[in-house]
This record gives sequence, structure tokens and C-alpha cells, in this order.
Amino acid sequence: MKLTLRVWRQKNADAEGAMSTYEVDGISPDMSFLEMLDTLNEELTLRGEEPVAFDHDCREGICGACSLVINGDAHGPERTTTCQLHMRSFKDGDTIDVEPWRASAFPVIKDLVVDRSAFDRIIQAGGYITAPTGSAPEAHATPVPKADADFAFEHAECIGCGACVAACPNGAAMLFTSAKINHLNVLPQGAPERETRVLDMVAQMDEEGFGGCTLTGECATACPKGIPLVSITSMNKEWLRATRKAGRR
Amino acid sequence: MARTVWDSTVGKKTVMAVSGLIMLLYLVAHMIGNLKIYFGAGEFNHYAHWLRTVGEPFMHYEWTLWLIRVVLVVAVVAHAVSAYQLSRRDIKARPSKYVHRRPRATYATRTMRWGGIILGLFIVWHILDLTTGTVHSGGFQEGHPYQNVVDTFSTWYGNVIYIVAMLALGLHIRHGFWSAAQTLGVGTRTRDRALKTIANALALLLTAGFIAVPVGVMTGVVS
Repeated sequence: MKLTLRVWRQKNADAEGAMSTYEVDGISPDMSFLEMLDTLNEELTLRGEEPVAFDHDCREGICGACSLVINGDAHGPERTTTCQLHMRSFKDGDTIDVEPWRASAFPVIKDLVVDRSAFDRIIQAGGYITAPTGSAPEAHATPVPKADADFAFEHAECIGCGACVAACPNGAAMLFTSAKINHLNVLPQGAPERETRVLDMVAQMDEEGFGGCTLTGECATACPKGIPLVSITSMNKEWLRATRKAGRR
Repeated sequence: MARTVWDSTVGKKTVMAVSGLIMLLYLVAHMIGNLKIYFGAGEFNHYAHWLRTVGEPFMHYEWTLWLIRVVLVVAVVAHAVSAYQLSRRDIKARPSKYVHRRPRATYATRTMRWGGIILGLFIVWHILDLTTGTVHSGGFQEGHPYQNVVDTFSTWYGNVIYIVAMLALGLHIRHGFWSAAQTLGVGTRTRDRALKTIANALALLLTAGFIAVPVGVMTGVVS
């Protein structure tokens, strides 16, 4: 396959960026999108040019490191991560636009790499449970109803890639934050911090400069892990419950 | 608690949801009242007068009406201020657009902000036209709402402004009612379809019900 790539190039956080056009040839339809970018980078290196910087790690769709907006879609046209997107999703001769996540809370560091540490700070604000240290507890020690376990697992699938923020027209982190809150709030292990967790994580999310939710549903459409839009509704419910409880105290 | 609500994006959305539902409730009553125009000047004017005497003798003349007006003004202001502040925040959170653009979200969703502005301007015009009579075409007569309504919808601009605003209202409710349910945490996977249906039904019913009045005047059924 022969492709034309239009890639966002930006020297550093302070530099002005722009789209640069590159031609790549000899692309196999079985290559992943990242392998296609590796091919481009090999050529750029041989030509003595600066390779395109992009985030990647496991390349198995489970770590949440890869992050590209491909033709206007976070993680590209398939509902998966960029590393699991294959070139067979494109046609020979296609022109493909590759851009970084866009949100003021995710500033560009270089080229296609953005700083997602805002997510880490949201997690630090309450995305944990208080657990005694030592050996792993007996699996049956705390019974969890099947429905709750399923609900928790569905939200625990979030890999924190930030596609929800990238897809949201308001640059909101509601889907990420709600996934993390719902995952722990439904479980008995997360119960002691149930109220403080939702209040603190939502406050941190606002603090980081993410936008608000207008229920466009773009986040849930882009999410490679299928976190549903109704997850945000559950978070709102938890937030209102916690606010009412805090008001009574 | 009020501080927590007002300072949070989730809290401000709650303010928007609650104030929106208050206005929606009022609109349903308003629409039903409007339709009495089809039963003649006597019944319509009588209804308008009754609005001023509701709750008597416990309430003094026009007290109930003014109470409703105060609640509505608070709701409109709370809704608009929250919307403005949240929109400012949203625009700031996504300063640079993607080079590769594609259509996003539904029409109703994308037009919430502009639709809201149109509705805000319409409310001002509507009050100046049919409550105070300031911009009314022809002679505005206090206490003769039937004739005033007929006068308004006898002008082309009166019809255009009203019908455009009512179409914007329908779109606004279509996304707004469902969104309010999500904000207040009552949406679930199983209820989603029902909520969307109710939102669409309310939007259609209110738009059709309100537009029925100018249509009545234009077709000569109401004159």
C-alpha cells in the first residue's frame, strides 16, 4: 500500500505546530497503524530527519499509552486502540490525517505526544481503596454480588488512554472519571471512601481544566474499551448522593 | 453544600437540569392554556383573568401569578448563567480544533447553545409583545389577550419569530430533557429508550401545541 500521511509536527510544548505531509510506500495491510508509523520513522531517520514522536507501549491494546486522532477519530476508524488498528482498515492511496489528543488539560509535549498526567492526579484524588497490607486476602472473605462484580469489571476495563477527552467537543474527562469512580464505588472494598472519592475526583477533574459534559456521546463512541455513556449518569448519581450526605453532616 | 454545587461542573449541570425541568413544567401548562384560544374569545379571556385570581381568597389578586413569575425568572437566570459559565469552560477546555473535521453529535445536541440564545431573546420579545405590549403591533389592550394574540399573528414577523422560536424549543427539549435525566442520575440502560421517547414526545407535543396558535390565526380559524 502507498499512503499519504499528514502528521502534526511540533518541536516542543512551546513551539507552534503544523501538519506535515509524508509519503509512505510498501505498507502491508497486516501492519498495525503504529508499525506503519515505525516504517515512516525508519525512513525519516535514514534521511537524517527527526522521527515523529508518538506514545506507545504494550502494543496489545491493554496499556492505554497509544493515543492518536486518525482522520478526526480518536484511535481511528475501528473501535479499538491505535496499536490494534490495522492498515487493512485503509485503502491504497488514502490520505490519512494524524493528530494528537486535543484538550487544554492534555498539552502537547512533542509531535503526537501529549501530557496526560492530569489523569494521574484525578486517580490520586480518590481512585484507590484503603486496604491492609500483607498477603492477599481469601477470595471469599468479602462476598460481592454477581451484578455488582460485572458492573465494577465493566468500568475497571478503562485503560486511561484519554480517547474520551480527545473525542469530546468540550474536552471533558467525565467518562474516564466516572469509570474509575463506578469501578470502586460499587464494591464493598471501595465503600469506606464512597463519598469522598466521588467528590474529590470530580473536584480534581474540574481543577485540571477539563470541560463539562453536554451528553453528546462522543466519548463512549470513541472508547476502545466500550465504557458506556450511562457510566456518567451513574457518577452524577453518586455525586448528588455524596453532596446530600455531606450537606447533612 | 450550595457552594459545592455551584463550584462544580456536575453541580452546575444539576442547576441547569432542575431549572430546565421547572420551565418545562410551566411550558406544558402554558401550552394547554394557549389552546383555549380555539374555544373563542370568551373562554380564552376568562382563562386569562382566572390566572390572576388563582388561590383567592388565600392569595390576593395576582399574587399566585407573580409567584410563578418570580420562580420562572429565577429559573431562567439560573439556567442561563450556568449555561454561560459551563460553555465558557467547555470552549476553554478545547482551544484547538482538529484539522480533520467530521460532523459530530446530533443536530439537537449541536444547537443547544444557539438554540438557548434564540429562546432567551424570544422570551424578552414575547413578554414585550403580549404581556407589556411595548412592541405589540396595533393597539395593545390590557385584559383582552384574545385580540392581542390575533393582532400579533396577523403580522408576518410575529409569525416568523414565534414559529422559529418554537422549533428551537422543540430541539432544545429533545436533547435537554434526556440530558437532565442523565445529570440527575435517573438514566439507566433499561430506561434509556423510554427517556428518549418521552423527550421526543414532549418536544413534538409542545412545538405542535404552541405553533397551533399562529396556525389558527393564519388559517382564519381564530380571528
